[in-house]
Amino acid sequence: MNEALRQLPPLLASHVLLAAAALGLALLIGLPLALASARRPRLAAIALGLAGLVQTIPGLALLALFYPLLLALSALLDGRVPALGFLPALLALTLYALLPILRNVIAGLQGIDPAVLQAADAVGMTPRQRLRLVEAPLAAPVAMAGVRTAAVWTIGAATLATTVGYPSLGNPIFAGLQIERWDLVLSGCIAAAVLALATDGLLGLIERGIGQRKRRLTYTGIALLILGLLLACLPLLRAAERTVTIGAKNFSEQYILARLIGGRLEKAGYHVAYREGLGSAVAFRALQSGDIDVYVEYSGTLWAGTMARTDTPSRRAMLNDIARWMAAGPKTVLLGPLGFENAYALAVRPNSGVADIAALAAKAPTLTLGADLEFLDRPEWRAIRDAYGLKFKATRAYSPTFMYRALQSGQADAISAFSSDGRIAADHLTVLADPKGAMPHYDAILLAAPGRARDQRFLGALRPLVNRISVEDMRAANYSVDRDLDKQTPEAAARWLESMLRHRSTPPPDLP
Amino acid sequence: MSTEGLPALAYEQASRRYAGVSAVDYVSLKIERGSFVALVGPSGSGKSTLLRLANRLDTPDTGRVLVDGKDVAHADPIQLRRGIGYVFQNIGLFPHLSVAENIGIIPRLAGREPVDIGAALARVGLSPDLAGRLPGQLSGGQQQRVGIARALAGEGKLLLMDEPFGALDPVTRDTLGKTVRRLHDELGLTTILVTHDMAEALLLADRIIVMNQGKIVADASPRELLSGQAGPEANALVAVPREQAERLAALLQ
Repeated sequence: MNEALRQLPPLLASHVLLAAAALGLALLIGLPLALASARRPRLAAIALGLAGLVQTIPGLALLALFYPLLLALSALLDGRVPALGFLPALLALTLYALLPILRNVIAGLQGIDPAVLQAADAVGMTPRQRLRLVEAPLAAPVAMAGVRTAAVWTIGAATLATTVGYPSLGNPIFAGLQIERWDLVLSGCIAAAVLALATDGLLGLIERGIGQRKRRLTYTGIALLILGLLLACLPLLRAAERTVTIGAKNFSEQYILARLIGGRLEKAGYHVAYREGLGSAVAFRALQSGDIDVYVEYSGTLWAGTMARTDTPSRRAMLNDIARWMAAGPKTVLLGPLGFENAYALAVRPNSGVADIAALAAKAPTLTLGADLEFLDRPEWRAIRDAYGLKFKATRAYSPTFMYRALQSGQADAISAFSSDGRIAADHLTVLADPKGAMPHYDAILLAAPGRARDQRFLGALRPLVNRISVEDMRAANYSVDRDLDKQTPEAAARWLESMLRHRSTPPPDLP
Repeated sequence: MSTEGLPALAYEQASRRYAGVSAVDYVSLKIERGSFVALVGPSGSGKSTLLRLANRLDTPDTGRVLVDGKDVAHADPIQLRRGIGYVFQNIGLFPHLSVAENIGIIPRLAGREPVDIGAALARVGLSPDLAGRLPGQLSGGQQQRVGIARALAGEGKLLLMDEPFGALDPVTRDTLGKTVRRLHDELGLTTILVTHDMAEALLLADRIIVMNQGKIVADASPRELLSGQAGPEANALVAVPREQAERLAALLQ
């Protein structure tokens, strides 16, 4: 739990910053729009209709929608608009906050007794005086209730910003869900809830101050709100100096490796921040734009995805091609392979007398293949099926946990597995060799942002990781985080992996 | 140019239609400085609209409205309204402002010297202790007194009152009516009181104008009205209070 709490302050700071910016922007747009709408029923209907429509889009989908939109805009403006991180999160949350603000400000203005408005005209108020002296103070209590709703929604929905690569209190929630660390999930949820409740309470104080015409109460509320905002944002000041941002996708191995990299960079004197839970397509783009400084990618993902290649060369040829492609185009830095693969492989029970896929193919007609939910639709399966002429008696799809159980219990005789999965080591499974080289390679490779190409201290801190992590060690580290009992944190697994690096006298054999 | 000889308020062929229905139908009228005029007639007869044309809360479709001899169409509506006292049936005090702030609103808007709130309250028969209260903490009668004090604080000589006592109980109506008449005399005001209570009009006003369907159907002094010289519509309206007075007198005998 301590570890979970330690990482909260910088996340809280960026969370508060995002939510406050979104709420501020929504007020900046919403207040004038509501003022204009209050006396124009058609405009009000259109504004409320659109804001309501936005509200029906799930938060996650709204964030996702901004990504291609900003990507297109970025292409138009020579990449000067970031498609990830703060901007899409800000825009989506602002749209979200607009509805309660619009609705309540309009309702507040329309709820003013017409006699009072007539009196304002009759005593000779100009429209501006009427707004400032009569309409604003009388609509304020109802309007503030809307601002409170918007604030609570925004703070809650800001946890989703994690998915577009903006650090928020969603980081521990998403990471914790992925690796089943409930203390992480709880720490994120509780922090977000406390933040929302505190903000709501202070805004409530201001609302009461306005409603009961107690100036002191109003100003106290405003002062406390500003104080809280500044306090929450303090960690950002420290983070500004020499910060490295480490990216990670959303599974245990990535969390562990991110901490391993982070530990080394901290020793080298850098301040480290993490952006976790990045999608595959998102991660490389974030690296290219410098939103993250370093992360671990898999060669096959880059090969088939960003590079759009369909051939299946050897490990070395693939890495050479990737290095050439990077130097020519994206200018990102390939520090090198870490030494293990996280590729699709076929695994069988120990002592089953089969060592490679060719031997399996001979027995296949009497065997059952268990596969994860997508394997049978993937090009990897077609590649080995056609290369070895694999014909199983039956194929069954399972969720990953059940797939391993099916193999143990004999319901399946071979399964599709990820080669660095900790359960391979735990169940003592045999990973079958691929003598024909039909399976595409997924070497873990260490990538750095273009801006770090000449940062020798940075590169020097990470180079010792190249070719030094064996697949056995990675499996063991993954298993220590994934298992149900005696779960380790990614930090602890990273420390263990670091100690294994140091104890290894010779690096593992070079690539074939 | 001196405004001494000119009527305080005049209408020249003024009309105002809403959705094809005439609220004010080519009305011409002169109201002398210092007079207390009651505007009487059934609901929807155009009394309130006629009043609202005077301070440009409403604008005539045809004709002119003159205040102190000047066409209000050429006046700045903001300045015009600050110079004309206006009292509503539904009072229209600003609920978020204290009694003192309500009374001082017109000088504040105009950037003038603040008024003496104690004196303004005393003038309408209220204790200075009420200055810090919010309107919601006052009785209906007290609220309307504050409304009148607010209208007078603009120091205009023209006071327009649109059914100011409509929502009040009979005893409060009566005392408030007397207060208004006293202020009218003391301050040398020109007062126009819209009411549908003929007895009130007869007892307070110097001149009674009866409206029906946007037109003036009678224009006479209270004495002329009571003696039945002002036409059939006026007679019908006067008949009720006269008969009530006769029955009350009979009860006393």
